[in-house]
Amino acid sequence: MPLSGTIVVDENLCKACELCIVNCPAQVIALDKSRITPRGFHPASLYKEGCTGCGTCSVVCPEAAITVYREKRTEKESNA
Amino acid sequence: MTRELWKGNEAIAEAAVRAGLQAYFGYPITPQTEALEYLSWRLPELGRAFLQAESELGAINMVYGAACAGARTMTTTSSPGTSLMMEGLSYIAGTEVPMVLVDVVRGGPGLGNIAPAQGDYNQIVHGGGHGDYHPIVLAPASIQETIDTIYGVFDIADKYRTIGIIMVDGSIGQMMEPVTLPPMKEVRKNWPAWAASATEGKRERNVLTSIYLDPKQEEITNLRLMKTWQQIEKNEVRYKEYFMDDAKFAVVGFGSAGRVALSAVRAARAEGIPVGLFRPISLSPFPKEQIFELSQKLQGLFVVEMNSGMMLDDVMLASQGRIPVEFYGRMGGVMPFPDEILREIRLLHANGWKSEGHPRERWLAKLETIIKEEQ
Amino acid sequence: MTIHLEDMQVIYQHPESLLNVNTHYCPGCTHGVAHRLVAEVIDEMNLRNDCIGVASVGCSVFAYNYFDFDFIQSPHGRAPAMATGVKRVHPDKVVLTYQGDGDMISIGTAEITHAAARGENITVIFINNANYGMTGGQMAPTTLPGQKTTSSPKGRDVEQAGYPIRASEMLATLDGAGYIARRSLHDPKNIRLAKKAIRTAFETQVRGLGFSMVELLSICPTNWHLNPAASTRWLEENMLPYYPLGDYKVHPALKDLKF
Repeated sequence: MPLSGTIVVDENLCKACELCIVNCPAQVIALDKSRITPRGFHPASLYKEGCTGCGTCSVVCPEAAITVYREKRTEKESNA
Repeated sequence: MTRELWKGNEAIAEAAVRAGLQAYFGYPITPQTEALEYLSWRLPELGRAFLQAESELGAINMVYGAACAGARTMTTTSSPGTSLMMEGLSYIAGTEVPMVLVDVVRGGPGLGNIAPAQGDYNQIVHGGGHGDYHPIVLAPASIQETIDTIYGVFDIADKYRTIGIIMVDGSIGQMMEPVTLPPMKEVRKNWPAWAASATEGKRERNVLTSIYLDPKQEEITNLRLMKTWQQIEKNEVRYKEYFMDDAKFAVVGFGSAGRVALSAVRAARAEGIPVGLFRPISLSPFPKEQIFELSQKLQGLFVVEMNSGMMLDDVMLASQGRIPVEFYGRMGGVMPFPDEILREIRLLHANGWKSEGHPRERWLAKLETIIKEEQ
Repeated sequence: MTIHLEDMQVIYQHPESLLNVNTHYCPGCTHGVAHRLVAEVIDEMNLRNDCIGVASVGCSVFAYNYFDFDFIQSPHGRAPAMATGVKRVHPDKVVLTYQGDGDMISIGTAEITHAAARGENITVIFINNANYGMTGGQMAPTTLPGQKTTSSPKGRDVEQAGYPIRASEMLATLDGAGYIARRSLHDPKNIRLAKKAIRTAFETQVRGLGFSMVELLSICPTNWHLNPAASTRWLEENMLPYYPLGDYKVHPALKDLKF
């Protein structure tokens, strides 16, 4: 079972270019049309479960706006 | 203090070395090249930086980089090279970093020739690069004076974080004279606080730039440059006077033209003509107050240059039309002989001063005949 | 499910060498990716306190506002000359230039060529997005044959405007070059490879192995009149065939490098 992860998007930096959205392997990122950033963009955000914390979104993000977190492996999983 | 026979260009180089020059970048161009050649062995011998650049554009921007990095730095060139360096000079002025340029002026415009001239006056004294800025421009008239000027100009450039230009002509670069060289100064050990020398984790980062997209910020920068310039105008005016105590009129000439004029003035004095010589050394800041004072007590000013009267315009501005001004110049790499200037002095003494028309027009009217007679 | 961030491991966060500020770059512009990769490498190699950057003229003119170390800003095309001046004064420091295609291989062709030929021990980050971005999308030395720009409105006509320059291939012919590579920023895999190349370039400098440059194929959504995702596809389909990715010069001492 894949580990679970999450992302935190710095909404001061995000410019809604959507590169994280098109490159997300789990397809769990979308622009949050309910919010507007200080710079006037709808920010990218997780819109459903399924993030594995793979970090691909942060690799393509031109603004270095995404912090990626992943569930810590348990000892059992690490040893497996 | 021994007196030694030195060639001008090599003396320029050694004076800079002794002033603590840390990094030199240059490009070969006659009549300046011996300075580059000399430093190509002298600086490495002392463990300092020397590099022959790919062009004058390369050289001035290497100097720009070294200046930003905090080094005492210099380039030397001649007129066409100075034209190419104008871009860099404007950026350096806008960034407010100190550097020294020696321009060994040759005949122009265009490729011109390699003979001594003063046709770079306008491009270096009145800018040439874009934007509002003023470099310090000093014009010594002998190899000894050139050595002494270079030895001191680095400190002045550092003090005001500005450009110091030494403007000499090809004859000073090429001739040899007995000189006394100053003692070797210690090379700077600490980088200036503003320099981009890497933080080493010891200070906030330094950013050096000449771009201020907001016109208000750019205007504030311009204001700072102009306030610095006011200080320079107040403190850095230099000139020399000869036979001026009882002079009724004066020759005004800088660099080699001033030196040739001195011979003519000496000869005129021997004939009993009450003429003196005022020789500006700082062309920028220009000794305009001194010229104004002269205009209050003399009959007239006789400007002599190796160009078409570039400083003439500044003399006329400074004397504010209070007294007649006359002009004699040779162009394109021709140096006037003392006899030519003496002839003009005699005419002024005998015939008096004219005030109708422009002195440049009166000079041009007779120059054609003079050139024909010489051929 | 409630997520507690403090219980999780950080997989990625903003690099320290990059200031946490809004950039002036257009949405999707891969200048930002290139900045981030450079900052990550400088962090990993712990070079920030020893770094001096040289910004150029073009969209990256304000790079000094984003990198958190000493920076100077150069006239158009002259960054390699300025970097040379800096490096010759501070041979123990790490000096980089960050230049676009118009800056580096049009107006600055002489400066970059001679810096490479001298084996100037600096690192050059070269952004190739096939047009002049800052001035609004004119034809650059890297504009592809047939590519429409504001100054080649019918498409670059090679009969009239000549051919694009492949800067990496050209500079790799020079003996002074220690490391020359071309990478692309159009997808995650290639971005990861680009970062390795940038690391190698800085390793080249730190080891004193000569001139190093990484050419990064980049997207310019605004001037290409495509959205960022479509721009990455345009790059893949049009730029990759003309500008093959790869290592064009690798100093023998770099070949066994592992990181």
